[in-house]
Amino acid sequence: MLNLTRASIARNGFGRCLMAEKRSSAVKSVRRGLVCADHSDGSGNNEVYDVIIPGGGMVGTAMACSLGMHPNLSEKKILLLEAGNKKVMDKVPDSYSTRVSSISPGSATLLTGIGAWEHITKWRCKPYKKMQVWDACSDALITFDKDNLEEVMAYIVENDVVVAALTKQLDSLSDHVQVKYRSKVVKYIWPTAHQAVRSVPWVQVVLACGETLQTKLLIGADGPNSMVRRQLGIPTVKWDYDQSAVVAVLRLSEPTENNVAWQRFLPTGPIAMLPLSDTESSLVWSTSHHLAEELMALDDECFVDAINSAFWSNVNQSELVETAGSLFRSALATIMPSAGSPRQLPPSVAAIGPKSRVMFPLGMGHASEYIRHRVALVGDAAHRVHPLAGQGANLGFGDVACLTQLLSQAAFNGKDLGAMQHLLEYESERQRHNLPMMAAIDLMKRLYSTNTAPVVLLRTFGLQATNMLPTLKEQIMAFASK
Amino acid sequence: MFANKSGSVMLGLCRRKAVSVCSVVQSLVGNNLFGWNVGCKQRTLWLQMNVAERTQQRAVHRKLSTRAVHQTTVDPDELKRFRLLAGKWWDENGEFKALHAMNDLRVPFIRDNLLNMHKAQHPGKPLAGLRVLDVGCGGGLLTEPLGRLGASVLGIDPVEENIGTAQLHSLCDPHLGGRVSYRACTLEELSADVAGGETDRGDTVFDAVVASEVVEHLADLETFAFCCSRILKPGGSLFITTINKTNLSYALAVVAAEQLLRIVPRGTHDWEKFISPVELERLLESNCFSVQSVQGMMYNPASGAWSWINSTAINYALHAVKLAEEPPSNPQTDKADNSAASQS
Ligand SMILES: Cc1cc2nc3c(=O)[nH]c(=O)nc-3n(C[C@H](O)[C@H](O)[C@H](O)COP(=O)(O)OP(=O)(O)OC[C@H]3O[C@@H](n4cnc5c(N)ncnc54)[C@H](O)[C@@H]3O)c2cc1C
Ligand SMILES: C[S@@+](CC[C@H](N)C(=O)[O-])C[C@H]1O[C@@H](n2cnc3c(N)ncnc32)[C@H](O)[C@@H]1O
Repeated sequence: MLNLTRASIARNGFGRCLMAEKRSSAVKSVRRGLVCADHSDGSGNNEVYDVIIPGGGMVGTAMACSLGMHPNLSEKKILLLEAGNKKVMDKVPDSYSTRVSSISPGSATLLTGIGAWEHITKWRCKPYKKMQVWDACSDALITFDKDNLEEVMAYIVENDVVVAALTKQLDSLSDHVQVKYRSKVVKYIWPTAHQAVRSVPWVQVVLACGETLQTKLLIGADGPNSMVRRQLGIPTVKWDYDQSAVVAVLRLSEPTENNVAWQRFLPTGPIAMLPLSDTESSLVWSTSHHLAEELMALDDECFVDAINSAFWSNVNQSELVETAGSLFRSALATIMPSAGSPRQLPPSVAAIGPKSRVMFPLGMGHASEYIRHRVALVGDAAHRVHPLAGQGANLGFGDVACLTQLLSQAAFNGKDLGAMQHLLEYESERQRHNLPMMAAIDLMKRLYSTNTAPVVLLRTFGLQATNMLPTLKEQIMAFASK
Repeated sequence: MFANKSGSVMLGLCRRKAVSVCSVVQSLVGNNLFGWNVGCKQRTLWLQMNVAERTQQRAVHRKLSTRAVHQTTVDPDELKRFRLLAGKWWDENGEFKALHAMNDLRVPFIRDNLLNMHKAQHPGKPLAGLRVLDVGCGGGLLTEPLGRLGASVLGIDPVEENIGTAQLHSLCDPHLGGRVSYRACTLEELSADVAGGETDRGDTVFDAVVASEVVEHLADLETFAFCCSRILKPGGSLFITTINKTNLSYALAVVAAEQLLRIVPRGTHDWEKFISPVELERLLESNCFSVQSVQGMMYNPASGAWSWINSTAINYALHAVKLAEEPPSNPQTDKADNSAASQS
């Protein structure tokens, strides 16, 4: 009897059947429908989540944690779906992982707020106070630091450590944040903006195991090849750099304070050495696919030699650029004495960690839209950048902070979390931040991928002027540390 | 993390604003500083006369507070108009776009004023434990958000088609089940049920009554105020949003919104039924309410957003609280009323 009533409501659609009946019976039948809806949904489908997040990488896990911890969202049902295994960590493994990220103070604030930073500092992370960027084709250099090395610029943290710390926090939220590991999404069914009478108004998520889930809001955190983005048909601006990154764990020749991140622009691409401990650093060497393959094929000893000469050699410097550069520098110095900082030399490398050499293809992509009806994209699913500025994860954590703020406000205003209004705010706020950052990173990449004298001259002046203009540098740093 | 902070900051703002706006309103409207034109003065006179008349009626009412209500709030022409639009409620860009957008102001207004009086137990459900009546709920545009905040909300509307739309929409969302319910009836019918003990009293006496964009469509405000007071718990809140009765509101609500910009359907508003904050305040005060705050609101058709403004010349929101005791005008009846209230 109850089922009949519900079915007739569904079949007749909005109000039509109700109108036909007398007022009192219409009211009663729907009241019963309401009671039934408590037990199971009328359409025979599974329960409806408030938020489903496909993708349990650094960004998706942080998203689940951050939403789950917010008091305004404590009544919401949240589900994280990850194709891979659960990453747990009781103590850190002896050897460092090759996948590391530079975590800005802004990202550290987000992670502190959700309680994960405590685990990270207890496990393993390395703060650095200065970043030196210099050019292989001239002596130009730019150093970034905060208040004469008092403050931390950023932290180098292994991706696995970040995910494990977030996972540990998620465990404490298990009453309203669920996580399903080894759960791959194979299909999404999108609701139409103006819901037709019989259609499901929510996003439906089909898992490889055949289960179908429903959610009011889907937050796609499924990485650079995002299936959410592709299935929505969101146009994406992307290009390959025709570059790959070779990463490895480096053993230094001698222990040092090791609190500087080093990055040198070679004509073939930037090479970076990021501190992990007093004796170890992490290498991110972006170069052509061809050269990357050659680097992968070298034996360990030759590979170490290649790294050292990439940081130290002067073969790419032309005399013309050098002279013009030093003239410009002294001209600047007369206008603004004592502004530049002296160049320091990076530590030399003695060996690499066993089996730590890995190669990744590099690309850049930007989704032209971050949102659709009941959907938002975060992290690499929305934007993928070149690793040269170490901003990839930070942009994603910025998305998480922004979306958490807007969703918690929406919840406090009694809104449907999937409504367009706050999602639009999310999109415009994040694109306003992410686009200039991506453009700057891309420009830097392009500018430094050449050794043509005029361009090198230009960037020599650029780097030197920037290095001597503290306010401009502070702005760059403030922007990048958000 | 931050929401706690911003929440309390907002509450603070709200409280401060309410006070200052209140005094501004009183000084402006009270001294008629607006002085739109002579017509305005005439209207004020008319209003004052009218109020005097109504106050007399009130006295009769109070004496007969146990009597069933004979007057009706219903204007059949109004119901006909809304019946035709009953399928359009949830189209965010359709006829009711401005009502959807008004949630940005009215939900926080209701929430924060209620939170000032009832401390929230669960931040995720700030209005948990409160019973709210949404009078003239239409398709449930305001009923659902209040339900999401944890209140248990009953939406009533005399137009059955509206209730059908509201019910079906809320059925889609299993999380609303049990928190939001609807009934096709008038306020006077519901209040008669309560008085006649037809429904379980504990179930139908409300912590708050909301009538948003409704009073300008009613045939009899006196009956409305009387029933609101009857159905509220002592200390309960009444929230009203409506359109003021000024030349500016006429120009904007009737001429511009209906005829030029077509934001709302033609014929939606009957200017004669608009009510000024002063008149509304007097009406409520004569029905055992104390008005806590009045705030001006303005809709920007270009951005599709509402904002709070100092002037109440066009739209305004009002918060009143039902006094725990009747005003001491008639000690004899007061005594009787009090004992009746404490028994219930
Ligand atoms: C060589 C290199 C160096 C880098 N260095 C830095 C650096 O120094 N600093 C920095 O900030 N950033 C750096 N980045 C970028 C940074 O790693 C990424 O920006 C960041 O990992 C993006 O995180 P994410 O969670 O968005 O995506 P991902 O880490 O790609 O996570 C996506 C997750 O989604 C899951 N998934 C995908 N599809 C499905 C599906 N259908 N169903 C279920 N689950 C699914 C995957 O299993 C995966 O766990 C670097 C990147 C590279 C390649
Ligand atoms: C402008 S709508 C406002 C709807 C709803 N309160 C909102 O803000 O979304 C006015 C509503 O008042 C209803 N109404 C008209 N006369 C009424 C009456 N006498 N009593 C209660 N509601 C009435 C109409 O049916 C209509 O749904």
